[in-house]
Amino acid sequence: MVVRVKVNNEWREAEVWPGASLLTFLRDRLGLYGSKNACEQGECGSCSVWLEGALVCSCLVLAAQAHEREVRTVEGLMADERLHPIQEAFVEAGAVQCGFCTPGFVVAVAELLQKDPTPSPATVREALSGNLCRCTGYQKILDAVSLASSRMRGGT
Amino acid sequence: MNVDIRRQGGVGESVRRVDGIPKVKGAFEYASDLHRDGMLWGATLRSPHPHAQIISMDVSAAAAVPGVVAVLTHADVPGKPTFGLDVQDQPVLAKDVVRYAGEAVAIVAAEDPELARAALEKIAVNYKPLTRVTDMEQALEKSAPPIHPQGNIVRSLTIVHGDPQARADVWVEGMYETGMQDQAPLGPEAGLAVPAADGGVDLFIATQWLHADLGQLAPCLDLPPEKVRLHLSGVGGAFGAREDVSMQIHACMLALRTRRPVKMSYGRQESFYGHVHRHPARIWMRHGASRDGKLVNIQARLLVDGGAYTSTSPAVIGNATSFAAGPYEVPNARLVGTAVFTNNPPCGAMRGFGAVQACFAYEAQMDKLAAALNLDPIELRLKNALRSGSVLPTGQPIAGVAPVRACLQRLQALPLPPEESALDRDPMLLPGGAGNVGHGEALKRGVGIAVGYKNLGYSEGFDDSSEAWVRVSVDNEGPLAEVKTAAVDVGQGLDTIVTQIVRSELGIDRVILRQPDTAIGSAGSSSASRQTMMTGGAVQLACQAVRAEIDRQGGLADLRRPVEASRVFHHRSTGKLDANGQGDPHVTFAFGAARAVVEVDQELGLVRVVQLAVAQDVGRALNPQSVLGQIEGGSAQGLGLALMEEIALVEGQVKNASFTDYLIPTILDMPPVISEIIEEPEPGLPYGAKGVGEPSTVVVPAAVVAALRHATGRELRRAPVKPDDLVGL
Repeated sequence: MVVRVKVNNEWREAEVWPGASLLTFLRDRLGLYGSKNACEQGECGSCSVWLEGALVCSCLVLAAQAHEREVRTVEGLMADERLHPIQEAFVEAGAVQCGFCTPGFVVAVAELLQKDPTPSPATVREALSGNLCRCTGYQKILDAVSLASSRMRGGT
Repeated sequence: MNVDIRRQGGVGESVRRVDGIPKVKGAFEYASDLHRDGMLWGATLRSPHPHAQIISMDVSAAAAVPGVVAVLTHADVPGKPTFGLDVQDQPVLAKDVVRYAGEAVAIVAAEDPELARAALEKIAVNYKPLTRVTDMEQALEKSAPPIHPQGNIVRSLTIVHGDPQARADVWVEGMYETGMQDQAPLGPEAGLAVPAADGGVDLFIATQWLHADLGQLAPCLDLPPEKVRLHLSGVGGAFGAREDVSMQIHACMLALRTRRPVKMSYGRQESFYGHVHRHPARIWMRHGASRDGKLVNIQARLLVDGGAYTSTSPAVIGNATSFAAGPYEVPNARLVGTAVFTNNPPCGAMRGFGAVQACFAYEAQMDKLAAALNLDPIELRLKNALRSGSVLPTGQPIAGVAPVRACLQRLQALPLPPEESALDRDPMLLPGGAGNVGHGEALKRGVGIAVGYKNLGYSEGFDDSSEAWVRVSVDNEGPLAEVKTAAVDVGQGLDTIVTQIVRSELGIDRVILRQPDTAIGSAGSSSASRQTMMTGGAVQLACQAVRAEIDRQGGLADLRRPVEASRVFHHRSTGKLDANGQGDPHVTFAFGAARAVVEVDQELGLVRVVQLAVAQDVGRALNPQSVLGQIEGGSAQGLGLALMEEIALVEGQVKNASFTDYLIPTILDMPPVISEIIEEPEPGLPYGAKGVGEPSTVVVPAAVVAALRHATGRELRRAPVKPDDLVGL
């Protein structure tokens, strides 16, 4: 079947088998490899994208469900070739090691800070509890969130 | 610890990761992102039986599926039929017998991944189940069927130190057990093999050690090594899981047969079958001390389950046994270690490599001994701590720094987190957290400490050298340094460290790292906390050679032609152990200590780790932010082993091969980690820097379980500790 999706503000279409996930569609059909496949079960958050503005694990969504709808991926976060402040904060805080979980975290943090620009530490932990990281022990990810939150509100 | 983050800089500064920006953009290319026009997808058929004879195999139905391009079995392996890091005893594809559930039996290449997987189901294999050995003690019984012709013992060693009959005033004894842990790197195994015009193959691969892969691939493919070219692709974590070969040979076989590029990319379930795990261990120990608290005699027997093939079991049991007495001076000891074959999945390298299991046992013993002597647990450890010049049970003296006391004292000086009332707490901060299962009616707090150590680099006579090439040129943007090694940045930050070393040695800010491949000499593995020392050392030597030549030519300003140099760094030579386990096995050591504060809900058996504190001997922190990241991440994997991570095996079958069922710590499970970096430069190592990846993983499991014992008064001899072990039954 042919699936047509508006991805990062651009209409794209490709042929997939009816059982294909949105993640497979994005990666193997559209060449958007930023969303990662690490568990295929919605446990790790590495494939997080927005579907019609809602944060979803793209491995749990059929490509067909996104037909004629709008998807935003990690590739759509940057504006004018400039890093999003959350991306900047992840690099600066040392929140990136192997980096495989990073795109999913960056997307999940963007969702969080959009809804709650000044989250408490407990809120951050709860909001990111669907994203697994095996390298960092999460401490520097928490640092990155507070750095990004401060910068996005105009702090330094 | 506050760190000043810099965009550029040399050794000792917290420089931003060189691969940070592509990684946050989603633009960094991992092996699972590799693709080529016209590529095929590979898939692997695996044995459902832990031990079985293969009576017959029929691939014709699979080969007839439209879109399937090749179906290969053992008969199609071009060269040597087996591979392995140490002993080549694992079949590339099983021939007449399978020795674990998950062993590769056949491979398929097809036009898309779904077709490839569907074709696997059409391969007919007729198995005759054989008696299986799925318990490490059963493997030693006379009645146990031999899994390999030589029997079921992979390696056995005995270390005899002083007079093992020596008497002591006080004895304590215990049996300890640790489970099979999975490295669970987020990026599953993947690679792309591309056939070359010269009849060879190019393999783009996520690995820990390109040249060890090459050494196994070339004979199996029956190609000269120069026709098998490995190129590093992006690595999504490793932690030991990528030290052994997984899909490398299979992808190359399929590419060579089909003459098309072939990608293989495991899913999470297959990843659990496709790589080795941490050895489960059963350890008996008996510690004897004088009444004033000096260790007199340690007896230990260690048994680890190596699973179906050798992998790195000989080195893992060598480590576990040589560290069994802990970071303590003891005049007499008898330490016996055995690794066995079973029909469980093969076990090999994982962060901590034998030292984790030993620490879990010896630190539990030290707490028991402190209780028996009525001594403070830290005081007992301080009284017996190793120091520079101490002699280990192998007879090896500690030549370098050994700040065991400093590690413990730094922890001692840290205030405990304040007690919090359970009543007015956010339920997320109670054991059970998001489940909202309790209200903190039966909370009990506990504090535990552990100290331990680990070798750096390969041991027992292995020369794991590293080669580096450095070239300096001047273009219209100014001086440029280019560096090439075969060393793998698995996420630990080696590429950034190398860049810092080049800047420090050459005073050139613009540094370009070339992609690692096998065109240069081996860098050894990104394991054993060794790359900063080994590849860092090689890069330093090459820079110094380039620098000398630049100076000879009158300095950078007058440089007309590029200057380049290659250098190989070797660590000091070590030696094998003799029949009594005596020798000089290890290059040097890194020490660490951890303190865990836990809360246990005694009615529910649920645990919240309130805080971890780790004091670690790092020699010198070349990138402090990166060192903290290693300590914190290593602590998380230690917490996982203590509380939740175990591959559940029933009669050799993995029952939890998914992230739904195999739990790794989430951000809600991880407490704040307070890191205390202890810098005492190590003589003889580049910049005095020790590897930093492993000590926190070695000590945190022991500290967390010690804290649980303190909270509950239970013996808790096995990790991971489960709710059933803690509830008041």
